[in-house]
Amino acid sequence: MMETDWLLGFAGGLMIGGAAALYLLVNGRIMGASGILGGLLDGSDRAHWPERLSFLAGLIGVPLLLAPLWAPETHLTGNPAVIVAGGLLTGIGTRLANGCTSGHGVCGISRLAPRGIAATVFYILAGGVTVVLFRHVWGLI
Amino acid sequence: MQRNLFALLAGGLFGAGLLVSGMVDTSKVQGWLDVFGAWDPTLAFVMGGAILPMAMAWAVARRRGVSLLGTPIPARAEPRLDHALILGSVMFGAGWGLAGLCPGPALAVLGFGGWGGGLFLLAMGLGMVAAPALRRRLDRLPA
Repeated sequence: MMETDWLLGFAGGLMIGGAAALYLLVNGRIMGASGILGGLLDGSDRAHWPERLSFLAGLIGVPLLLAPLWAPETHLTGNPAVIVAGGLLTGIGTRLANGCTSGHGVCGISRLAPRGIAATVFYILAGGVTVVLFRHVWGLI
Repeated sequence: MQRNLFALLAGGLFGAGLLVSGMVDTSKVQGWLDVFGAWDPTLAFVMGGAILPMAMAWAVARRRGVSLLGTPIPARAEPRLDHALILGSVMFGAGWGLAGLCPGPALAVLGFGGWGGGLFLLAMGLGMVAAPALRRRLDRLPA
């Protein structure tokens, strides 16, 4: 049902925004998934590694615990080339841009940050063009 | 210790929200981006739902200046649209469109998303490690 999906989307969105609000108001940090993971991986911020690892433990662990109850579906493509290309572009792109959907999208737009708004416009446009080309023009995804 | 506990809670709530909102489902994300196909507006509801509490949080944070655990609230970045921001966002958008996962959901699906989710996360991690070298080149370009 489409309308149920919209309601669940809004409810889940409130939870995502609530998590970002908690991380900002208690820890004083911006909840950006790519920044939290990237700062660990490229060693740019080793000082906060326990906090980053704790966040990641919750982000991976809670869905793992809820999955048997909620039965989420990913519908991820089975084409490894598409998965690897998508992952590489996402990893490089979010670190160059200093943020992704959570950092620029949720945390940036909500404080009317020009960089967050610009990044969101560019990644949604690029995503739209990519889906149109790869799905409707070339039929690859 | 407190910092880690609240980080765990925030990460867990984020993960649960991604599950409930359906943003771990690549068909919903690609459905949002697919304006010439069966367009799915769910992502707009998720974004709206997330921005609402966060806008209130910023209003409180601006007034207080520091977080409850004493960390200064992060300052606004300079409103500069540089090469790295634009090129990076375009690259990210292309990857997002191809596979339908962004970094938060890529982490959230690790526990149940099968080999594909793990492969995406691995490739994304490699990209993140490679990015600083590319960034140094971009930052040397004239504005």
